[in-house]
Amino acid sequence: MLIWGTATVLEVQSITTTYQGLIAISDVSIDVKQGEIVVVAGANGAGKSTLLKSISGMERPKSGSVSFEGSRIDGVAGHDITARGIAYVPENRRLFPRLSVRDNLMLGSYLHRKKADRDAPLQQVFELFPRLAERLDQRAETLSGGEQQMLAISRALMTRPKLLMLDEPSQGIMPKLVDEIFRAIVTIRALGLTILLVEQRLIESLEIADRAFILQTGRVVLAGTADEVGANPDIRRAYLGM
Amino acid sequence: MPCREHRLLRLRVKGLAQDNGLKTMTFQALAQIVVSGLLMGLIYALIAAGLSLIFGLMDVVNFAHGEFLMMAMYAMFGLVLALAVDPVLLMPIVAGLMFALGAIVYLGVVRHAMRAKVNAGMVQVFATFGLAIVLRGLAQLFFTPDFRSIPNTWLGGKTLNLGGIFLPWPQLFGGAVSIAAFVGLYLLISRTDFGRALAATREDAGAVALVGIDRNKVFTIGWGLGAGLVGLAGSVMAIFFYIHPDVGGPFALTAYVTVALGGFGSIFGALAAGVIIGLIEAITATILPTEMKSLGIYAAYLAVVFVRPRGLFGNI
Ligand SMILES: Nc1ncnc2c1ncn2[C@@H]1O[C@H](COP(=O)(O)OP(=O)(O)O)[C@@H](O)[C@H]1O
Ligand SMILES: [Mg+2]
Repeated sequence: MLIWGTATVLEVQSITTTYQGLIAISDVSIDVKQGEIVVVAGANGAGKSTLLKSISGMERPKSGSVSFEGSRIDGVAGHDITARGIAYVPENRRLFPRLSVRDNLMLGSYLHRKKADRDAPLQQVFELFPRLAERLDQRAETLSGGEQQMLAISRALMTRPKLLMLDEPSQGIMPKLVDEIFRAIVTIRALGLTILLVEQRLIESLEIADRAFILQTGRVVLAGTADEVGANPDIRRAYLGM
Repeated sequence: MPCREHRLLRLRVKGLAQDNGLKTMTFQALAQIVVSGLLMGLIYALIAAGLSLIFGLMDVVNFAHGEFLMMAMYAMFGLVLALAVDPVLLMPIVAGLMFALGAIVYLGVVRHAMRAKVNAGMVQVFATFGLAIVLRGLAQLFFTPDFRSIPNTWLGGKTLNLGGIFLPWPQLFGGAVSIAAFVGLYLLISRTDFGRALAATREDAGAVALVGIDRNKVFTIGWGLGAGLVGLAGSVMAIFFYIHPDVGGPFALTAYVTVALGGFGSIFGALAAGVIIGLIEAITATILPTEMKSLGIYAAYLAVVFVRPRGLFGNI
C-alpha cells in the first residue's frame, strides 16, 4: 500500500509538551507521508492525545518543531492550522451540541465560500455516512455516540483537509459502528487524504495502517511499518497476549 | 384586596381629567398607557440586546453598558453640533462609532481580563466596572455634568394623535428602529455564516478553531455589535432625553433586569422582556407615585427569579 518516495506531509521533530511544567510527551518525532494511514498507539496516558494537540495548535510544544508541507506550524494559531489543511477530531469530539447536524456540517465549511466547495464534501460525507443525511435537522447532542463520531469526522472533512487527525474514533462506540468507522477511514484515504490515527485498538488499526508508532509514557518506543510493528514480540505480548 | 378598587378609581380619575365620557376615556387612558409602555419597552429591549448578545457569547457581563449608552448620546449630540444634520440621518454614524468602541474595548481591555489565571470572573467584573467609572469621569471632564439636549430636530417634541391617543414621534421612531434592529439580528444569526459562527462560539468557543474560526475575531465583532446596538438606542434617546454623564446608570440597571428576565444570553428573550418591562413600568407609573415607577419592574423580576430562575426564555 505504501508508495515509496512520496513527499512527507507532516514532520514532527523531537517535540516536548508539558502541562504546568509536567512533561506529557518528551522528544517525540513522527512523520507522515502523502496518502499514508499512520497509527499512533499506546496505553492510556501515554501521550497520544497530547501529540495531536501539539500538532493542531491546541497545545504549544515547549521545544522541537512541527512542519506541515514544509513550513513550520508550531506556534501558529489553531484556526490557521485548520485553514492550512489539517483537520483534527479530538477525543471528546467537540461538536456544537445544541446546533443541528446541518449547522455542524456547514460550520465545517466555514472557510469555503464557494457553493461547489461546500457541496462536494457534503456529497462525500453523505456517501460515507448515509445515516447523517437522515438526521440533518436533529440537534447534534441527540445523536448516539457512534453517530456523533461520524458527524465529528464529517465536520472535519467539510474543511477539505489534506491531513485528517483522528483521536480514538472507536472510543465508547458500539462494535458494529466501530467497523463502519474503520472502513470509512480507508475510504477517506482513497479520496486522496492523508490520515494520522490515534488508537488504543492496535490490532484493528494495524490492519488498515501503513506505518505505526508506539508511545509509552511520553516517548516513542517503537516505529515501523504496520507489519513490522505487528510482528514485534513485545507488541504481540502486550496487545495479543502471546 | 382593598387597594385594587383604589387603583381602578385613580385610573378613572386620570381618564376623566382628560375627557368627558367615562367609558371611552378609561379605554383611551388604558390604550395610552399600553402603547407608551410598549414603545418604551422596545427601546429597553434595544438597550438590552447588546448586553444579552455579549453575555450569551462569552459569559461576560459588560458593567459599562450604561456608559456605552451615554457615549452614544454624546456622540449624537456632538455630531449634530458639528455637522448640523438631523439625528435621524446621523444614526448609522453613531452606531458605527459605537461598533468601533465596542471592538476596541474588547481588544484593549476584556480580552486581557479574560486571560487572568486567578479569579477570572472577578477580574472581568472589575475591568468593565472600572471602565464605566473612567468613561463617566471622562464625560464629566470633557462635557461637564450639565444637562444637554438636542434642539430643533425633525421628531423632537412632535406627537402623533391616533384617535385621542398621543404618541410622541421620537418614541414611535425608536420602536421602529428597535424592531428593525431585532429583525436584522435575527437575519444575521439565522441566515449568515457569521451568525452560525456566533452560535458555534456561544456553544464552545474552544472548539471553533477546529473549523477554522478565529474566536477572537468573533468576540471582537460580538462586542462591536453589542455596542453598535446600544449606539442605535442612544441615538434615538438623544432626541427626546436629557444627555448627561450619569444618564446611562438607570437604563443599564433596567437592561440588567431585562436580560435576567428574558433569560441570560437569549437575545429574543430580551425583546420580550423589554416590552414586558416597558408595560409594567407604564402601569406602575400610573397607579403609584412616579418616584415608585421601578417598583413593578423589580417585583416582576423577583417573581420570575423565584419561580423560573433561568428567566422566561433562558435555556441554561
Ligand atoms: N490538560 C491536562 N492537564 C494536565 N495534565 C494532562 C492534561 N492532559 C493530559 N495530561 C497528562 O499528560 C499525560 C498524557 O496524556 P494524554 O496525552 O491524554 O494521553 P493519552 O491520550 O495517550 O491517553 C498523562 O499523564 C495525562 O495525565
Ligand atoms: Mg487520549
